[in-house]
Amino acid sequence: MDLNHSDGGAAGGPVPATAKILISGGFGVGKTTLVGTISEIRPLRTEELLSDRSVGVDDTQGVGDKTTTTVAMDFGRISFPSRLVLYLFGTPGQKRFWFMWDELAYGAIGAVVMADTRRVADCFASIDYFERNGTPFVIAVNCFDGAPRFEPEDIRIALSLGPHVPIELCDARNRDSVKKVLVSLVRYVMTANRPANQAGIA
Amino acid sequence: MTTHDGYGDRWLDREAGPVVRPYALISGRTLPSGGASFGLIDVVVATGERPPPYFRPGPEHRRILNLCHRPTPIVDLTSEIDLPLGVVRVLLGDLVSEGMLRVLSTQKQQVTDQRLLRMVLDGLESL
Repeated sequence: MDLNHSDGGAAGGPVPATAKILISGGFGVGKTTLVGTISEIRPLRTEELLSDRSVGVDDTQGVGDKTTTTVAMDFGRISFPSRLVLYLFGTPGQKRFWFMWDELAYGAIGAVVMADTRRVADCFASIDYFERNGTPFVIAVNCFDGAPRFEPEDIRIALSLGPHVPIELCDARNRDSVKKVLVSLVRYVMTANRPANQAGIA
Repeated sequence: MTTHDGYGDRWLDREAGPVVRPYALISGRTLPSGGASFGLIDVVVATGERPPPYFRPGPEHRRILNLCHRPTPIVDLTSEIDLPLGVVRVLLGDLVSEGMLRVLSTQKQQVTDQRLLRMVLDGLESL
């Protein structure tokens, strides 16, 4: 959001500052857990593309090119005393939601890509998307009990990431750990935004 | 829930959602009028203007105006009103076109506002 809007004192009271961060990664990697650990979860109804299967069930005759139906997703919300509201959006995994990614990524501070060391390849799609899109991201390795532990630098090689991308080991159930990941993302974006470093990302 | 026949009340539980199909509320439109676009975290507020004589706000328009007497992010409004985002956007487009609602802040593709980033950082660190 742009803070330089024309009037702070609109009818009806102060205008909240809003910002959003995306939480991405493969199925079952802990996106919902992470969002729930640090924020208030709220429901959102949105559209999804009709799959081939449901096209046969729902009668779409007479609605022209409409190929969407509605579905519920959750988002996280943190309100700060400074009248800032930070939203956390999990990126939906299934293919039929992919059109939502552009919507979610537009105007986002950046993304947290969650990785599970037992299924590292599951986060490739997210990394590809954010690299192409120019959305800054950090990697959060969710350290599941019993999953093999790796050094961040080994993970960097496994994911073929540039030296600038921060990699955090985290526990999505732990508030301080999640906080550390989000702080790391915001710091990274602040550094990357400085003119001297513009070439460093995207 | 229990069901006695294969059809009947099976379609009328909460899961089935409202009885009126959402797009019937907006006369089958899927895009806001006037080419307006509304980002998820854009903030809107009711202007307090009366509707022009040719425009009769529907119950959903009025619900939105009631919720927006204070500046409200669109994602919170949508969550509160429990209608699909696409439907809310069309309703918002109507209200903006008729001067009853105003968009106070919009997102840009990339967040480069250091002041906003600093606010987020300070907020997170204080958690």
